[in-house]
Amino acid sequence: MADTLTRATGDHHNEVTWDGASQPFKASYGKLMMWYFLLSDAFTFSGFLIAYGTLRVSSPTWPVPDFVFSTFPGGIHHAPLLFVTLMTFILLASSFTMVRAVQEGHQENKNGVVFWMVLTIIGGAAFLGCQAWEWNNLIMEESVSYHTNPFGTHTEHGRYLEGDGHDISAGDTFGPGDSYLIHNHNGGWHNLPYEVLDAKGNSMIGEGGAPVKGEQAFGPKAFGALFFCITGFHGFHVFSGVAFLLIICINAASGLYVDRKNGYEMVEKIGLYWHFVDLVWVFVFLVFYLI
Amino acid sequence: MAQDYEMSKKVAIKIITVLAVITIAEVLFALAGKGYIVDGWHVPTVIMAGVMIIFSVVKAYLIVYEFMHMKYEVSGLVKSVLLPMFLLAWAIIAFLYEGMAWKGNRTTIQDRNEIDLSSLSDQSGMMYNLKETDLDY
Repeated sequence: MADTLTRATGDHHNEVTWDGASQPFKASYGKLMMWYFLLSDAFTFSGFLIAYGTLRVSSPTWPVPDFVFSTFPGGIHHAPLLFVTLMTFILLASSFTMVRAVQEGHQENKNGVVFWMVLTIIGGAAFLGCQAWEWNNLIMEESVSYHTNPFGTHTEHGRYLEGDGHDISAGDTFGPGDSYLIHNHNGGWHNLPYEVLDAKGNSMIGEGGAPVKGEQAFGPKAFGALFFCITGFHGFHVFSGVAFLLIICINAASGLYVDRKNGYEMVEKIGLYWHFVDLVWVFVFLVFYLI
Repeated sequence: MAQDYEMSKKVAIKIITVLAVITIAEVLFALAGKGYIVDGWHVPTVIMAGVMIIFSVVKAYLIVYEFMHMKYEVSGLVKSVLLPMFLLAWAIIAFLYEGMAWKGNRTTIQDRNEIDLSSLSDQSGMMYNLKETDLDY
């Protein structure tokens, strides 16, 4: 026992820090604390996601994900969920390479650990790059901000009186549940006017004999703030993960963990954190993109 | 030892394959349910959400139990980490229920505002999509 513990704390220390017989959880202090940190982090994310869910169900309409997230780099539009699926696969792949790094660590194979950790770092960086592109597209191209949400949904039948030069042309009809994006050109919003139709497609006539008209309304205000806050918080976790992976990878490459002979436990701990980031993404993906 | 290593390599490949397949199934189901794949074929939102949540929980289980090795930890550790998560069941139910109540309140307020507008003005054509049923209060 004492032998194991001196090894765990480094050979140059001869102090034994654990006096209490056998360890009930059979896990080192560091690993155990990583689990509890992740538990607390899970509650933080849950708080955010529950707030999102509450605001979403309280709104009469919500931006339809397969309409909002349908652009792909290279000017491709109308590719619903393609880009976020790619992001999910990048993160899943990096989770796999992390598993491999931990396994090589158990074999005390330094080169294997470094090789698979480098791949994990590349995966994490690629995910961050994708997220940067996605945010840039939403903010710069589609003018979504934390206080304005140009993604709206119709609640009635109607016919557009003007086109926007993108997907909508004058005379196009729409029904309840159809989504639209209000375009912003040179700082000015172009909420398209439309005439309201009844379910059969005839113009709705108001009380003075004039047709009833409407104008594209902005979508639920909270959408942008929730999206940027939650995906941003997750992205920050990925960013910190990449930073720690880099540090531990360099340490592993330098041979720091060779002397410890504890199966590269540091790699195992950062592995736990990295899988947790993937785990959170499963639920971010669920509530923002799938439902 | 060497055999364990080969085994765990195989398990990792199996789990990542299952995760990838579930993810593809989720995306295809999300698109199919909204009428992208078979024209005009839609699935009610409640069923869609239910299936997606089940898929996601399975993915979470695989990540925690296989990738994070929860499967190989002693039961005290597993319980101390996972049992607190069940507190969230209350939070999710309570908050979503409250959210739906807000939606009801918003609709009521909107309906009342529309009634006020119609009784105050005779400026025809300015009215917003007033339905007969809104006047039944």
